[in-house]
Amino acid sequence: MTTTTPDAGLRDVNGPSALGGGRRRFFDLLWLMSVTEFRRTYFGTVFGYLWSLVRPLMLFGVLLFVFTQVFKVGSGLDDYPVLLLLGIVQFTFFQEATTAALTSVVAQEGVVRKTQFPRLVIPLATVLTSFFNFCLNLAIVLVFILAWGVEPMWTWLLFPVAVAALFVLTATVSMILSVLFVRFRDVAIIWTVLAQVLFYATPILYPLGLVGEEEFLSQRIEHLLMLNPLAVIFEQVRVWMLEPSAPTAAEAAGGALHLLPAVVIYLGVCAFAVWIFNREAPRIAEDL
Amino acid sequence: MPVDIPATQAPAARHAPVPKPGDPLAIQVEGLHKSFRIPTHRVDSFKERLVRPFAARDYRELQALQGISFDVRKGEFFGIVGRNGSGKSTLLKLLASIYRPDAGRIRMAGRLAPFIELGVGFNMELTARENVVLNGVMMGLTPGETRRRLDAVIDFAELEEFSELKLKNYSSGMLVRLAFSVMMEADADVLLIDEVLAVGDASFQQKCADAFHAMKAAGKTIVLVTHEMATVEEYCHRAMLIDGGHIRQMGDPAETGREYLKLNFERGVDTGDQAPGEGAGGAQLLDCWLEDAAGERTTTLEHGERIRLRAEIEVEREATGLQVGFVLANADGLGLFEFGTPVQTEEGSDAIPAGTRVLVKADLENPLAPGRHFIHCGAQSTRGGGVYSYVHNALDFVVFGTVGTKGIVSIEHEIEATLEPERKP
Repeated sequence: MTTTTPDAGLRDVNGPSALGGGRRRFFDLLWLMSVTEFRRTYFGTVFGYLWSLVRPLMLFGVLLFVFTQVFKVGSGLDDYPVLLLLGIVQFTFFQEATTAALTSVVAQEGVVRKTQFPRLVIPLATVLTSFFNFCLNLAIVLVFILAWGVEPMWTWLLFPVAVAALFVLTATVSMILSVLFVRFRDVAIIWTVLAQVLFYATPILYPLGLVGEEEFLSQRIEHLLMLNPLAVIFEQVRVWMLEPSAPTAAEAAGGALHLLPAVVIYLGVCAFAVWIFNREAPRIAEDL
Repeated sequence: MPVDIPATQAPAARHAPVPKPGDPLAIQVEGLHKSFRIPTHRVDSFKERLVRPFAARDYRELQALQGISFDVRKGEFFGIVGRNGSGKSTLLKLLASIYRPDAGRIRMAGRLAPFIELGVGFNMELTARENVVLNGVMMGLTPGETRRRLDAVIDFAELEEFSELKLKNYSSGMLVRLAFSVMMEADADVLLIDEVLAVGDASFQQKCADAFHAMKAAGKTIVLVTHEMATVEEYCHRAMLIDGGHIRQMGDPAETGREYLKLNFERGVDTGDQAPGEGAGGAQLLDCWLEDAAGERTTTLEHGERIRLRAEIEVEREATGLQVGFVLANADGLGLFEFGTPVQTEEGSDAIPAGTRVLVKADLENPLAPGRHFIHCGAQSTRGGGVYSYVHNALDFVVFGTVGTKGIVSIEHEIEATLEPERKP
């Protein structure tokens, strides 16, 4: 090597990472990928967007029938249909986003193995695509809520807080699932079952806080349900959006302090997601 | 006689400045190590992990790169060659930040195009336009910049009519053209390319060649991994040969190319696998080999290097009028030519007593085209004694070289082309 080598301008190359290659590029890519995918999925075909509505609406129809006519769970509550619809739309977002993100990194194998691509963009873009769809669905639900006769309240302004909390949880769970799936392919099966469990462990079908004749769940079980961060979010949405008189998450948990486990779980999921994604990101290309 | 010589290079690009020692560095690699853990039993489910918690610890360590250090100067066209599994693609992936090195340091100046293969970022469900924008952003341009360059990219690829067509409906040639245009337009300072030059039809190839020369002239730094020696020799300023994770040779592309071919063929030739002898018996071929100029045995010859054939034959019965002959055949089994010699004792007698060993030495010019060749060896009597021995494929060897020749041999020739004075424009 020559001693006069001017090596000014040389920067260290640090290998692949979650954010790799600059913050601006990360956000540009994230935005472009999710928007392009959203446009393609929902507006590419004639029934594109309508198609995406069919699934939650069908589910809604079936559940509404079953739980008002057959099991009578919801017949004691005037607002049951809107509550059910809002819950289904929220949960559909959570489930669709996480399921799509689960396989996203593996599906984008070419990009991961042959380009220097910020790994985190891949699951997040999938979540964001689902989120755009969720926002459209929410607009429809809002029309439905107003048509149902629910008076607008100032607490509606708090709804974005709940949506943000749901988005963060969905995104972090997606991060965990997408990197785990690279190494363990049965995560897909496990998650299908787990998502089903979560659906029933969240107050979507059954309203909390019914008493007397209508009592559906004992207090004990309601306390237990509030360990589930999704349940906390959904219950709070119910209070803010539909029924100010319904038990808040804190009341359902049996006191504000009892919400602490859910908060810890929520933050734990976030921290775990960041940790495992950062740990696995440099190795994804090798493990595929 | 007027001869039509196709122009193969853009004239301006011919005189691209050659990077010299002392020019600023674009890539600096020091002591790069990379190994992979190859599990003897791959655990790819939680279930298995639970059932056999320690299975994942059984693995073989594959040393892909073992201490690679090199510099690439700004504006240099640097070739990396090596056999499959030599570690060259691993090296490229390390440079491209797709893998993380175990040890060592990579430093780079300027903006790197993050692709190592054409068209990997393409989404088949999207139109050409959408893909160009997406790819541009992957390369580090802003969406705005990419949209401004969109038309130029589509133009270069000659795909104006198809820009709104989804890529899944593209032909593979169209895809490659689009991918190549995207890469050319990205305007990165450093490009890493894994075997992509032989793409598209002849006219597009010409365009690509021009583009490469233009990039060379524009001072882009390019690292190229390829099997094509001709590509290395045509484009590269320097080349590096990697073998078994080590640098085996670095420097002049032509020299590196020769070294690579030699390496490639050395391992490809089976030895000691001779066909059993045929013939009536009476003489037996003991050994047959080629020697290089230093008298060492070899199984590879460089194109044009003299063929020094040696054979050892034992005469088992007294033979009169013994003649030893060889047929040289190419890989298709086509006999190219034959040569032979009568065997006489020192006294000039053609009666060879039993038990005699005959050493045959033949030196031939080597007009053979690069490729594998075979020599059949026979011993027979010219006086009606029949064939004593015949060994088909007694020897096989490989002629290597970077000349591409149509035909099975190249023959020395003189040729000239002149302009007829009265027809000058």
